[in-house]
Amino acid sequence: MDLDFSQNDTDFRNEVRDFIKSSFTSEMHGELRRSKNGSASKELHVKWQKSLYEKGWIAPNWPVEHGGPGFTTTQKYIFETEMAHAGAPRSVPFGLSMVAPVIMEFGTEEQKKKYLPDILETNVWWCQGYSEPGAGSDLASLQCKAEDKGDHYLVNGTKIWTTMAQHADMIFCLVRTSKTEKPQQGISFLLIDMKSKGIEVRPLITLDQSPEPYQEVNQVFFEDVRVPKENLVGEENKGWTYAKYLLEFERGSSYSPTLYRGIEGLKSIAKETPIGNGLNLSDESSFLRKISQCEIEIQALEFVELRIFSALSAGQRVGPESSTLKLRGTELQQRLQELSVEAIGYWALPFVNDTFANINEPSIGPDYAMTVAPSYFNGRKTTIYAGSNEIQRNIISKAVLGL
Amino acid sequence: MDFSFSEEQTLLRNTIESFLQDNYGFVARKAIIKSEEGMSNKNWQQIAELGLLGVPFSEADGGLDFGPVETMIVAEEFGKGLVVEPYIQTVVTCGGFLRRASEEQRQEHLPKIISGEEIWAFAYAEPQGRFNLSDIKVSASKKSSSLGRIPSNDAYILNGNKCVVSAAPWAQKLIVTARTSGEQAEKEGISLFVVDKSAPGVSTRDYKTVDGSMASEVLFENVTLNSNSLIGEEGKAYPLIELVADETIAALCAEAIGAMSVLNDATVEYCKTRKQFGQPIGKFQVLQHRMVDMFMQYEQSVSMTYMVNLKLDESETERTKAASGAKVQICNASKFIGQNAVQLHGGMGMTDELNVGHYFKRLAMIETQFGNADHHLKKYSSVS
Repeated sequence: MDLDFSQNDTDFRNEVRDFIKSSFTSEMHGELRRSKNGSASKELHVKWQKSLYEKGWIAPNWPVEHGGPGFTTTQKYIFETEMAHAGAPRSVPFGLSMVAPVIMEFGTEEQKKKYLPDILETNVWWCQGYSEPGAGSDLASLQCKAEDKGDHYLVNGTKIWTTMAQHADMIFCLVRTSKTEKPQQGISFLLIDMKSKGIEVRPLITLDQSPEPYQEVNQVFFEDVRVPKENLVGEENKGWTYAKYLLEFERGSSYSPTLYRGIEGLKSIAKETPIGNGLNLSDESSFLRKISQCEIEIQALEFVELRIFSALSAGQRVGPESSTLKLRGTELQQRLQELSVEAIGYWALPFVNDTFANINEPSIGPDYAMTVAPSYFNGRKTTIYAGSNEIQRNIISKAVLGL
Repeated sequence: MDFSFSEEQTLLRNTIESFLQDNYGFVARKAIIKSEEGMSNKNWQQIAELGLLGVPFSEADGGLDFGPVETMIVAEEFGKGLVVEPYIQTVVTCGGFLRRASEEQRQEHLPKIISGEEIWAFAYAEPQGRFNLSDIKVSASKKSSSLGRIPSNDAYILNGNKCVVSAAPWAQKLIVTARTSGEQAEKEGISLFVVDKSAPGVSTRDYKTVDGSMASEVLFENVTLNSNSLIGEEGKAYPLIELVADETIAALCAEAIGAMSVLNDATVEYCKTRKQFGQPIGKFQVLQHRMVDMFMQYEQSVSMTYMVNLKLDESETERTKAASGAKVQICNASKFIGQNAVQLHGGMGMTDELNVGHYFKRLAMIETQFGNADHHLKKYSSVS
């Protein structure tokens, strides 16, 4: 057991830093910094992901046979830490870290050939069709149905909270293919072309009030949508197994690198925020203790993550312990957002209309304060999505503690 | 000791309730805050007609001669309705200064406030001072200005800028804290001035705020003020500023408990009707306990709001402790109730379509207005 980096690791870190320096342009940096909800324009995400693809680093968690870089645990740690430290965009997860592992594990050879290369190259934008108005925490009660019509399914129903569906070319959907006593047993996993006739995307405006087309979530409506049979993943009515498999990837990523960047941001806000009498917030020991408490908890999470991920090889999933990561990761992110709002004081009040705050107008108050309140509001979603944190605690108590 | 409301006070509450029912539904409010004006002048006139703009002023000044409890009732009800019209800013804060001003000033200004003719805003915060009420760079001097204009003996020249001045876009008049002598953060040497927003040299940058209200950055460039715009004695305004800030905090606490009560009711109702896993989610114990904690936070906040409103007339030390103590409770409860109301509403709580998020955002901003929990914890510790 040690924490040492080898010479190879140090060389790798320099390579990552060089890559960031050349590919993460100041324009990209500027756009992300101004984003109210943490996401940038589609163009920026695609451009960034394509540059990672060129470098061979777009899918750190994919097995080498499908185009993964074959990183060691240490390299993955270095990669994520350097990316987060630079504030680089996080890869849009729906294709790369959600549907791809499912296709690799349960898809046919044709499906792997058809979908995986385009995901790797970011030629196709995916979105996730899981939740419905009546099926949130109780996902298995979903009603969106796919009727067997011989060579195709006919899909009717609706999906909600669909992140960036307005950009998507494809959606992976949980659909009901049969009415069984146990709702879990009649669900199938279907890949649907968003350009199909009968699909409508309606924006949902959330607390940060990012206007269309910068909204983060949508409701997607399906009316007599024809989906070829070959778009079914795995077996009919076995979709729940695949759905859960996917969720462990959705929840089981590392949070600490981004959280450390949040701590750095908070410290610099504290240094730059005057509190009267010629002092800054960083002179206030009570606030420094709050930052330290948060940083210590992030470190505890970091080492939980390192212990878990070092035990896995590429393509493997975390298992129910992914719930621990999701719980602590989201709670700490919210804590950081909360402390940032506290730190900026009155500068939380000005409302910035554009998602990418208008660059032609000077900001009201310090630049760093512009996105703090909307990020806090928007960040409340993290303890709700991907299975609310109440559900995550149920999972741990059941699947880990056996209660 | 008696915590019951008089018949008159109950009548006051009922009057406001029915005004809000008729004029301030969620849809109506949304239209108001989306409009360019950002508030409703029609509502303001109705609030005036109901007599509410005269609540704290003496009969001699044309008011209703009510005390802090009545102000608390108005603010609490307005909190329930998430009213954006600047009642606290105009009546409680600026009105708080004016009702202690000279006879001449009261006669000049109060009738216009009470009739709804004028909206007022208090410009006190400066970028370098954060919540510190005495850290003031804005200066009012009797010396000649940089432009070489030499004011007459009894005139002041005002220079500097104030930030995030709540309600300033709607205001005709501002009350401004300015330094007439002393060092930047000293409590001595601070004076209060009435400034006409249309006076030469006053400029504003107006904007909407995240909680549906509006505010301005205000710049004063060689604004000439007559001596009759000075409230109280020159350089001696600080104790009055603290007093009125505490009164404002007491009203903000009342607004907050109004908002909290709506959130708690909405959350309990939602958890009774929203079904998951074949039953209302309110049947799950983990959510029941959360709602019990929200309820207890609310009850403690109500109690602390009554406490501070009943102690506003006590000695400075007692009053400061009461205001800071109440604000700490209200800040903590605002956070807990606001966040959990969103959490228990799930994805719906995240949407602009539901009122829950709007109350959550207003409560989050009340936390910061006139000092957050940390600030008041420190202040409380310094006087205990």
